[in-house]
Amino acid sequence: MITDGITIPFDVSRIRKEFPTLHRQVNGKDLVYFDNGATSQKPQVVIDAISEYYTDNNANIHRGVHYLSQLATTQYEDARKIIQQYINAPLSEEVLFTKGTTDSINLVASSLGEMFSEGDEIIISAMEHHSNIVPWQMLCERKGCTLKVIPINEAGELMMDKFDQLLSAKTKLVAITHISNTLGTINPVEEIIEKTHALGGYVLIDGAQSIQHIKVDMQALDCDFFAFSAHKVFGPTGVGILYGKKEILDQMPPYQGGGDMIAKVTFEKTTYNELPHKFEAGTPNISGGICLGTAISYLSELDLNAIHAHETELANYAEEKLLQFEGLRIIGTAKNKTSVVSFIVDGIHPFDLGTLLDKQGIAVRTGHHCTQPLMDFYQIPGTVRASFAFYNTKEEIDTFIHAVERSLNMLK
Amino acid sequence: MTLEDKQQEIIDDFAIYDDWMDKYEYIIELGKELPIISDENKTDDKLIEGCQSRVWLNTAVEDGKMSFTADSDAIITKGIIGLLIRVLNGETAKDVATTDLRFIQEIGLHEHLSPTRSNGLASMVKKMKLSAIAAS
Repeated sequence: MITDGITIPFDVSRIRKEFPTLHRQVNGKDLVYFDNGATSQKPQVVIDAISEYYTDNNANIHRGVHYLSQLATTQYEDARKIIQQYINAPLSEEVLFTKGTTDSINLVASSLGEMFSEGDEIIISAMEHHSNIVPWQMLCERKGCTLKVIPINEAGELMMDKFDQLLSAKTKLVAITHISNTLGTINPVEEIIEKTHALGGYVLIDGAQSIQHIKVDMQALDCDFFAFSAHKVFGPTGVGILYGKKEILDQMPPYQGGGDMIAKVTFEKTTYNELPHKFEAGTPNISGGICLGTAISYLSELDLNAIHAHETELANYAEEKLLQFEGLRIIGTAKNKTSVVSFIVDGIHPFDLGTLLDKQGIAVRTGHHCTQPLMDFYQIPGTVRASFAFYNTKEEIDTFIHAVERSLNMLK
Repeated sequence: MTLEDKQQEIIDDFAIYDDWMDKYEYIIELGKELPIISDENKTDDKLIEGCQSRVWLNTAVEDGKMSFTADSDAIITKGIIGLLIRVLNGETAKDVATTDLRFIQEIGLHEHLSPTRSNGLASMVKKMKLSAIAAS
């Protein structure tokens, strides 16, 4: 349950105790987990909730009259309400369970996209994850729409004057990442939403990298769609959320057909269920949904401002230390960014550095981070990315810096 | 030296290292020593695109013996290529096609030959074997 505004003072050593994976060893060294942009570790309370669901409460939801089915249904629908409250969505039926951010975006591309026609325009940005590029390319191919791309500057910030030029009455949708997974840039989504709405377009926010770092408020943002994944926000894999405004979701055709999404089926005609079930065909990831609720409850008890301050301090500290290495360049130096530090070193391949860091117990991500067009922009094969969560510490960064130094000495 | 002898020699070389970083130091040195293949052999048709690193493989057959030259943009990948080439070069097509490259497992580097590693090495070994099958 969400406690009414009661937050527990931020204490990183106490928090670390709640994440069992952080205490294991890798290659004989204490794990330093800096791959939070890919997925977060899970607090014990979420792990216990998964186990508890399958141990005590497993049943299919929404259709059973028996006790366990009712219990599972209540837990699943309670989780929806917890998430609704956390993101401040006006209605719980505007919160759709999906498989994750990718699935959420594909749902919109497929369903809302049915209402698009030739000549309509979709705007994305140069820093999008492939999952916020490819579904729109597929839609454009299907419907004869045009995809436009907001360029970025060298710091990795959107060129908003170019956005103003791209935006027109032809713009049906702007699909934009809230925070870049590769660069950490926090985009001015409020401005994008306001300007797009003024010309009658819809806005989808890819929140995969934002909800775990900053407060997201659907009513304050006024976006039409917001997508995120449970596993990046301390919940399980294979489940995510699509928030959509009711009046738009009501107009949209169903995404997939099957059980649960129907009101009445005959061979002549089928009528569809109401929201949110219209978009939730088949037995969902019940445990995943319930435990995303647990993860969000866990997060809601933490002080987001203190988290943000701690994560910013970590990122600044890491960048300051990294820049001491000769030939090292930080990729993504936006004024407004989160705790993602992407970098390359002259003459060193990210794969080599990542491999040596792994052997020293440090988990970072190397490669193009599913943002190949962004790598093309910087003309680099990839980066090494350290992405921090609130359970990381300065001591871990010291260990990381020492390991980077040792690796670079070997590779140079 | 037989193909098997060459595998055993590498296993013995690595036996002296009990620390991962020492093993990698050795592989990196091998990568630095491996002659870079000429630009005319570094063409797109010889490129094996991995998600993490890229590999170029050039294959030749002379008198029934296989000859490989290869390169990678990542030095660790290149070092492992050096080991593979040391074992397979000069061997008959039949031996290259059928041999079990057990040394990789024994020295603990099999993770690099896993397709999920996406460094191009798994595809490279597959290509080496396919070219040997074609030549035998």
